[in-house]
Amino acid sequence: MQLLEKIKFQNHRSLLRGRVYSFVIQFLFMALVVWAVYALMISTQANLEARGVDSGFDFLDQRAGFPISVSLIEYTPDDSYGRAFLVGALNTIYTAIICIILATIIGVMIGVAQVSGNMLVAKLAEIYVEIMRNIPVLLTLLFIYGVVLARLPGVRNAIELFPGGYLSQRGIYFPQPVPLSGFGFVIASLIAAIILSIFFQRWARKKQRATGYDSPVIRVNLALLIGLPTVAYLIAGQPLDWDVPTLQGFNFQGGLTLKPEFVALVVGLSLYRGAFIAENVRAGIMAVSKGQIEAAHALGLEPGKVISRVTLPQALRVIIPATTNDYASLVKDSSLAIAIGFADIVSVGGTMIGQNGQALEVIAIWMAVYLTINLIVSVAMNAANRKYQIVER
Amino acid sequence: MSEKIAESRGGRQQPPAVIELTDVHKWYGNFHALKNIDLTVRKGERIVVCGPSGSGKSTLIRCINRLEVHQRGSIHVNGVLLTNQTKNIKEVRQEVGMCFQQFNLFSHMTILENLTLAPILVRKMPANDAVDLAMSYLKRVNIADQHDKYPGQLSGGQQQRVAIARSLCMAPKVMLFDEPTSALDPEMIKEVLEVMVDLANEGMTMICVTHEMGFAKSVADRVVFMDMGEIVEENTPDEFFDNPLVDRTQSFLNQILSH
Amino acid sequence: MANLVFIPAPDLPPPPGQVGIIRWLKLNFFKDTFSSVLTLLGLYFIFWITGPLLSWFILDAVYAGDSAACNAAEGACWSFIRAQIKLFLFGLFPRDLLWRPILAAALLAITFALTATRIIPVLAMVLCWTALVLISYWLFAGGFGLQSVPTTKWGGLMLTLMLSVIGIVTSIPLGILLALGRRSKIGLISFLSVVFIESIRGIPLVTILFMATILLPLFMAQGADLSTVFRVQIGIILFSTAYIAEVVRGGLQGIDSGQQEAADALGLSGWKSTALIILPQALANVLSPLIGRCIALLKDTALVIVVGLLDFLGIAKAAAQSALWLGFEAEAFIFCAAIYWVLCFGLSRYGRSLEQIGAAK
Repeated sequence: MQLLEKIKFQNHRSLLRGRVYSFVIQFLFMALVVWAVYALMISTQANLEARGVDSGFDFLDQRAGFPISVSLIEYTPDDSYGRAFLVGALNTIYTAIICIILATIIGVMIGVAQVSGNMLVAKLAEIYVEIMRNIPVLLTLLFIYGVVLARLPGVRNAIELFPGGYLSQRGIYFPQPVPLSGFGFVIASLIAAIILSIFFQRWARKKQRATGYDSPVIRVNLALLIGLPTVAYLIAGQPLDWDVPTLQGFNFQGGLTLKPEFVALVVGLSLYRGAFIAENVRAGIMAVSKGQIEAAHALGLEPGKVISRVTLPQALRVIIPATTNDYASLVKDSSLAIAIGFADIVSVGGTMIGQNGQALEVIAIWMAVYLTINLIVSVAMNAANRKYQIVER
Repeated sequence: MSEKIAESRGGRQQPPAVIELTDVHKWYGNFHALKNIDLTVRKGERIVVCGPSGSGKSTLIRCINRLEVHQRGSIHVNGVLLTNQTKNIKEVRQEVGMCFQQFNLFSHMTILENLTLAPILVRKMPANDAVDLAMSYLKRVNIADQHDKYPGQLSGGQQQRVAIARSLCMAPKVMLFDEPTSALDPEMIKEVLEVMVDLANEGMTMICVTHEMGFAKSVADRVVFMDMGEIVEENTPDEFFDNPLVDRTQSFLNQILSH
Repeated sequence: MANLVFIPAPDLPPPPGQVGIIRWLKLNFFKDTFSSVLTLLGLYFIFWITGPLLSWFILDAVYAGDSAACNAAEGACWSFIRAQIKLFLFGLFPRDLLWRPILAAALLAITFALTATRIIPVLAMVLCWTALVLISYWLFAGGFGLQSVPTTKWGGLMLTLMLSVIGIVTSIPLGILLALGRRSKIGLISFLSVVFIESIRGIPLVTILFMATILLPLFMAQGADLSTVFRVQIGIILFSTAYIAEVVRGGLQGIDSGQQEAADALGLSGWKSTALIILPQALANVLSPLIGRCIALLKDTALVIVVGLLDFLGIAKAAAQSALWLGFEAEAFIFCAAIYWVLCFGLSRYGRSLEQIGAAK
């Protein structure tokens, strides 16, 4: 028994030693971190004073004094820095959303092309992916902005893609729809169509459970969502006017304008990320076990049903985690706007730093905004992942 | 040889032919994989196909439900000629059930969903009826309590039994088995063979590619031996195992029965 | 007794239309109507694009001559690249001292070859790369017997490679430490590691470059100064460290807990078991993703143009805007893209070969 007592005592001693060790390490580390932060703060304060730079976030109320060419909300140089930041943040967000949609479409098409049976199409897709993935995205951006868009004809010789749609060096111009009175009726009919479609789907599902009848859900949905608003539109006397861009003097007036900076950013980022998403899609589709596909065919399922019920759900299990990662990267890539002059939040912040030197505050705001967006994307990612988990033993 | 067997039944009216292969050949590129295949399977017959690996056994049964395509000869299933037309293939596949060596259950669906998928989508069965049908078959293979688990949560033997139930839900006229127990641990082979024996005793027409000679002896009406893409010999189990006619059959039997 | 002799039937040739080139074409390009239409569209696209591309790139291109000759011609102006090649490769480095960056590049190639072919043991590899970093820095900056060259003259492909190589070589050991820190049982270290990693990974590289170039001078004692290249290098190292830490963490998570138990049973102390048993296995598992990070870093260094450094891409853009050679952005960017592509594609092939070796094990 004495030996057992001795071992217990020694175990107890080493446990205690371990805990003391850990505590001492943490204390020393903490002291080091506190000292470093303190030293940095002292030094920073001294440097800021020497340069005559203010501190604090009061500057957000000051007049901005610089223009922003693209803005979702009203903005003039007389507005505050705070408002300028808001404009930049909104630009970042909606650019990211458009890029996510576009990159997904490109990625799915190219990814599916790579696994299609057609060798020519698959090879072309593979070449696209290998080229886009191995060049810096900034180079693609600069190329589209500096070479492709810059070589478009001037405004006087703009290419007319369709009546009212022009392509020129200064941007892409579209006719802008102007809703007249009575358009509310069309909107109401669209909402009604959506509600009807939801009810129809529920009814179709019930009928299927009871009798096995397969209702043509897709066709009915299309008819409702397109047909109903169209009928309402005609009944209301076509309450839509078009603000068509017309050449007046040196530029187009009216209509919707897409600035070349915006176009270059969106097209460049989407083409780049699309290549990565294509790889995810390809990997996901190829990960589905061939045996299960065979079993589905052997049961008599049609090829369309095999794809929608067997291949797709299992491919998504692989595609979604990888692709949500790419979406998070897209949001960060949008900061490249500063390299081509599009007013995202980094561009706007950069101008501010140039004007009043309050880099610390601007950087803090950047970090807050991006980390918040990242958090939202992460939460969405985890929710999507969980939905597609396969349950294992 | 089929005539000999028919004679041995005392010349009774023979049951209709469910599967007829006539002069079937198949090539993979230049490789002649199936040669001169003539095989007739009648309703209620249990056929075991055996042979060394690479002999074309799997290819043969996969041609029957068009998972492989033959280039010469004709295959009739339930009187329907097997062609390239999708409608025709779909018709054939509904009448032919298949069980694979790797089970091939849909890993993203529950057991119940695995079974009800085809009846609902292909036979247009109401969902509630499909569920009842599925549960009855699950009970039959003794796995009803696992109906809401996922395939990844079941053992190999359980998965194969579910796979058999899944095929049965489509009420096939004939069941094809492609080495159903080859991927199982020895303890689980018994439970799957029991299900197959039950199925045979109920009168299901079946073609089974397997190495389980015990199963062949106890259940099969005919044993078909294949080598190098052709049928070398076929006979009743007794005759096949005790009095093989061809030397190649004898050497094959010597190999496998020495284990 | 078995007295029938089995004579195998003869192998017959397949029926016509089953093999050969017609069948291959049919299967891969014309399987059904939709596929055939795609093939035709694809062929049309290829023919439509090949002619103009061939003319511009090769047939009508100008290979020698000045800006005026290029402007007069229809095709690409490769003489622009030839004339400015030193600018593209070495930035503003003094033209009589070019042997130094060239030597550094040669040493880089040798070190990479030694690492890739695995001729030397791992410890030697680590020493080689460290030596490469130190020697290259000496060759670029000067001092200790060599003529000094200020960092403002560093640019072009030389700068890109330097930022990338030093970035990776430094961030790998730091990333490993950070990954271990994240898994540490000591609460504070683990917490700080997580905060660092998640903060850096959540913000764009552009903001980190801004932080490095603007904040570092503020943090230092008054009077002390760090050239822009240094600040950017530090920013790149911090950025890469966070991502490498995550890759290493993935590798560590893949290690069986049995390995740690075995090491403990052998009596190895904490640090020793980690360094000798756990880490080597973890790193061996993630060689391919690590190469992926190298490729990503090589592409990411192009962003330094945003903070005013003239790396390979920056020089290309600037060169096309110089007075003598105005308007040849396309040639500059295409040349730039070609070199990047060769480097990145090469690295990705290497990474894939590592994957296959890992799978074979």
